[in-house]
Amino acid sequence: MVFTRFVEIGRVAYIMEGPDAGKLCVIIDVIDQKKALVHGPVHGVQRQGLQFQRLSLLDYKIKIPRSAREKTIRKAWEKAEVDKKWEGSGFYKRIQLRKKRASLSDFDRFKVKNLKYQRNRIIRGKVKQIKREQQQKK
Amino acid sequence: STLRVYTIMKAKGDLKEFKVIGRRFPTEKNKNPTLYRMRIFAPDEVAAKSRFWYFMKKLRKIKKTNGQLVYIAEITDKHPTRIKNIGIWLRYDSRSGTHNMYREYRDITVAGAVTQCYRDMAARHRARTSTIQIIKVECIPAKKCRRPHVIQFHVSIN
Repeated sequence: MVFTRFVEIGRVAYIMEGPDAGKLCVIIDVIDQKKALVHGPVHGVQRQGLQFQRLSLLDYKIKIPRSAREKTIRKAWEKAEVDKKWEGSGFYKRIQLRKKRASLSDFDRFKVKNLKYQRNRIIRGKVKQIKREQQQKK
Repeated sequence: STLRVYTIMKAKGDLKEFKVIGRRFPTEKNKNPTLYRMRIFAPDEVAAKSRFWYFMKKLRKIKKTNGQLVYIAEITDKHPTRIKNIGIWLRYDSRSGTHNMYREYRDITVAGAVTQCYRDMAARHRARTSTIQIIKVECIPAKKCRRPHVIQFHVSIN
């Protein structure tokens, strides 16, 4: 397994816990073995030290110098089109799906259950049909 | 057993830096006693004042009953988003004697580094807060750092 996402200056990360959970930020410097200096002006993350444990590194990297200021980060962020890439990514879509599922009402869940049942019926029907055809060929 | 009439300091939560200035009570003989300023790292103002008098008694033979507090205020970091290399000179009591130490930490605030120091001393040397005396705290430039665990973060590969 080769590592592709490194902790480096300009690495975009998703904040998993804390008051800024759910937002994106950039690693602009490393404080020590456990904390990074982080800033996310586009998503409203103040410049602060965050533990690596709270961050989930993403596939995107922006080109900024060490401890870059807000304006530089914004420009580099827009240039790299991070938001566009993020909203097209599987991770983002799964987060939205999780949120949607958590916000369903009981009626919505009832609808989902019925839709799933109908879909699975169709699938099972097709599988049985294929199996029957294979049996007949023999 | 002796009755303890003071409470020991505990490094609760994140420590704050306080600037505490005190002096002896002015008397007829000495109308303007010397002012003494200390940088105290404590969880709150109450603990800071207590620690100030603790040091005053040891260093200048001024007790709380003999002296007055002239000024106490919390000092917030001037650049809380700038990473600093902080050197801490301290003195602590181990089980078999008292030793001096110099420790280095990397942090964005000075008070944060001192908090780290207390936690580190407790972990590595089982030293309780009350046995630790912080002598000096200083932000040091990168080339003056001595500890490898701090120096390793000085190379910036962009």
